[in-house]
Amino acid sequence: MMKLSALQQSYLNRRPGSFRGAAPLDSSADGAIKSPAAVFWLVLHGLCCLISLVLGFRFSRLVFFFIFSTSVTTNTNHFMAPFRQLATTTASDVAFNLPSNPASGGGVGDAALNRTRVVVGRHGIRIRPWPHPDPIEVMKAHQIIERVQMEQRNQFGVKNPRTVIAVTPTYVRTFQTLHLTGVVHSLMLVPYDVVWIVVEAGGVTNETAAIISKSGVKTIHIGVDEKMPNTWEGRHKLEAKMRLRALRVVRDKKLEGIVMFADDSNMHSIELFDEIQSVNWFGAVSIGILAHSGGAEELSSFATVEKEVEEKEKKQAIPVQGPACNESSKLAGWHTFDPQPYEGNNAIFIDDRATVLPMKLEWAGFVLNSRLLWKDNEDKPHWVRDLDSVVDGDDIESPLSLLKDSSMVEPLGSCGKQVLLWWLRVEARTDSKFPAGWIIDPPLEITVPSKRTPWPDAPPELPSDNEKAVNNMEESQPIVKHTKTRSSRSKRRSKRKHEPKTVVDTKEQSEQN
Amino acid sequence: MEIRNCVFALILCHAAFVSCAVGLGRNPPTERISGSAGDVLEDDPVGRLKVFVYELPSKYNKKILQKDQRCLNHMFAAEIYMHRFLLSSPVRTLNPAEADWFYTPVYTTCDLTPNGLPLPFKSPRMMRSAIQLISSNWPYWNRTEGADHFFVVPHDFGACFHYQEEKAIERGILTMLRRATLVQTFGQRNHVCLKEGSITVPPYAPPQKMQSHLIPEKTPRAIFVYFRGLFYDVGNDPEGGYYARGARAAVWENFKDNPLFDISTEHPTTYYEDMQRAVFCLCPLGWAPWSPRLVEAVVFGCIPVIIADDIVLPFADAIPWEEIGVFVDEKDVPNLDTILTSIPPETILRKQRLLANPSMKQAMLFPQPAQPGDAFHQVLNGLARKLPHDKSIYLAPGQKVLNWTAGPVGDLKPW
Repeated sequence: MMKLSALQQSYLNRRPGSFRGAAPLDSSADGAIKSPAAVFWLVLHGLCCLISLVLGFRFSRLVFFFIFSTSVTTNTNHFMAPFRQLATTTASDVAFNLPSNPASGGGVGDAALNRTRVVVGRHGIRIRPWPHPDPIEVMKAHQIIERVQMEQRNQFGVKNPRTVIAVTPTYVRTFQTLHLTGVVHSLMLVPYDVVWIVVEAGGVTNETAAIISKSGVKTIHIGVDEKMPNTWEGRHKLEAKMRLRALRVVRDKKLEGIVMFADDSNMHSIELFDEIQSVNWFGAVSIGILAHSGGAEELSSFATVEKEVEEKEKKQAIPVQGPACNESSKLAGWHTFDPQPYEGNNAIFIDDRATVLPMKLEWAGFVLNSRLLWKDNEDKPHWVRDLDSVVDGDDIESPLSLLKDSSMVEPLGSCGKQVLLWWLRVEARTDSKFPAGWIIDPPLEITVPSKRTPWPDAPPELPSDNEKAVNNMEESQPIVKHTKTRSSRSKRRSKRKHEPKTVVDTKEQSEQN
Repeated sequence: MEIRNCVFALILCHAAFVSCAVGLGRNPPTERISGSAGDVLEDDPVGRLKVFVYELPSKYNKKILQKDQRCLNHMFAAEIYMHRFLLSSPVRTLNPAEADWFYTPVYTTCDLTPNGLPLPFKSPRMMRSAIQLISSNWPYWNRTEGADHFFVVPHDFGACFHYQEEKAIERGILTMLRRATLVQTFGQRNHVCLKEGSITVPPYAPPQKMQSHLIPEKTPRAIFVYFRGLFYDVGNDPEGGYYARGARAAVWENFKDNPLFDISTEHPTTYYEDMQRAVFCLCPLGWAPWSPRLVEAVVFGCIPVIIADDIVLPFADAIPWEEIGVFVDEKDVPNLDTILTSIPPETILRKQRLLANPSMKQAMLFPQPAQPGDAFHQVLNGLARKLPHDKSIYLAPGQKVLNWTAGPVGDLKPW
């Protein structure tokens, strides 16, 4: 029993080769006859053992590896590490390792067994000369993946997909490129046909036209002569008017599809576009509201002020706007935005460093079938008001005003449980300057360290003094080139202007420091 | 042997053509599967054969299981579930005189280490003892010396009863099982441990667990190649080159920084979900050529890329694996990315359709209770296809073909 358990112990470690027998040699028929071959092998065996003792690794393995191994196409320096001494190597262990076909050696009985072409034993690890991705292969693989996904969409996705008509009100400002490019990318990823109606305050401009032409989708660019006001309230009102203008275009051109409102600073998930395909007439989705403000002070003030746990939790949770359902998955009401916690703390002017609040129900959370808007459409449900009856002077807060009966709204996204898009409003100072098209041409030659960059010799400066920094920045505005100490000089990709008083600003600071 | 293989291949191709023609006629996202034996995946074995289950003392089965319940969940659990299935199956007969096949329920793969790996050292003795029992208590063994008996031996190298390939080859198949039909997971052509007429089965994978991790089918497959597992077995093969014949190590060294290959040794909790988001799943050999990855890939619709030379896959006569999976020679592993990207998209879509066939997925599973078309039924179908027995298997009374004392001395000790 003891011996057996000792055997078992070593087997437990699965040491290959520790019990490699002289067995194959002995079990062959004539074990007793001392043929010259047998003597020769014995001598060789002894020699190998001695050399192994001296060198400290299994010498014979090396020899047989190089003699018997199949096509070693690799660089041998891969194998330099492996030849360490195994703990259980003893002199009595046969260092003889025939990596050749054992079927011929130990075959008891079945002499007619074919040789397997698969060899047991040690094999080389094949590595090709340049073991890195090949760009052509990567492209082909992506095409395969695209094809597979297209097939998946055909089989499991929406049957008879309808065109998505996206309505975006915009105007030229510092962050327009940032926001609008986000929408451009989202729309480019949508797997359905897209018609993009861009309504611009202040008339049609070339800047906007340049951005939206990059999207590759069909665009309708409309201008509204009014300039965008400086207050959030005014902006909301004008945006509502612009959206109604776009809806009139849909009606006049008799566009077919699903109308959704893609505000330029919102973030849309691709599942949103899949989900709205299932709308019948008028649907609502849940929006997550990212209403936190731009200032670090705001956040710290939340932290330092002693408040009760519940209130803190309320502040931490992200508010969600959207349809509310009862147990039978029918529309029961609305989750609207509650401005109460932000009372007195909200932004009035567009570049205020305070929380920007959304309206009770944002336009972006609603989608409608374009046929709702068409004139003289008999299929139109009776609970929809005609677009003309909505006069421009009215205060249209949300598209629900277009309906006589708002209980007919369909809740989408598993009854509002899925948040499919995120609402955010971030704008730069109204007087901030930025280069046209975000390209500085010709490139700047002079580099001046900005006050905020931790230049190696300069003493560290506290970032608390905003006003002074702002003044400095305004003076040296045109020639300041932002250099980060850690990135290389040659990187010119981020030629951001140093925006003094925005959300992005504080984030930049923390990045550098 | 070579001619045989050629004929095999020819029949396969022909069957493929036939199934192709039939499949393209209709328009569902799946295709009928028929292998070399024809369209047999959905055959019903009831009425085509009768199986007699020997009543062995519980020390051969129940007591072993009681000692370690883990045997019900590891990949060798097929032997236990096969027993349970046969006990309550309509093919079971209580009259041995009318039985076509005889089943001996002995759980040889249930002696587990603390880590859960089965030790095969007592298995030959256990098997031998069981056979001695049945040969002395019933006349049916001696009648044919086991030629109409079948045994389930799901261990690494089947009835060679060892986990190390060299040792297993040395031992060869247990002498007493040389005339019986073996139902095993191991399959490699021209290998000592795969005997002619064996039925290869998939390893056990828990069906409930896999079902509970299904994700919506419309989730786009965005991963090109997926693999989770060891590349180097540092504990047993520190030098590399032994484990998986160096194939897994080659995969790692060649593709570790390739963004198309999502391969690592982690154990993520989202393993099953990730497989459903992948187009190809690697199924390379390990210490033995087979692995539960094949079952998982089939169930989750991921095309299996099989890297194991000369492997024989489960139910090879019923399932045309060449059409469903991608076979890569071990020597071609450095070019794996080229091989996979050069497969035309239509072929890939076809393979996915074949995989989506529910009878394909059923055939790989061992559900409890048994369902039509599952692996239990495929085994019975395989046994039924071997009927009727050839007259030559019946021996004259007193005639002995097998040498009962052959094999290592340790095997002869009573269990």
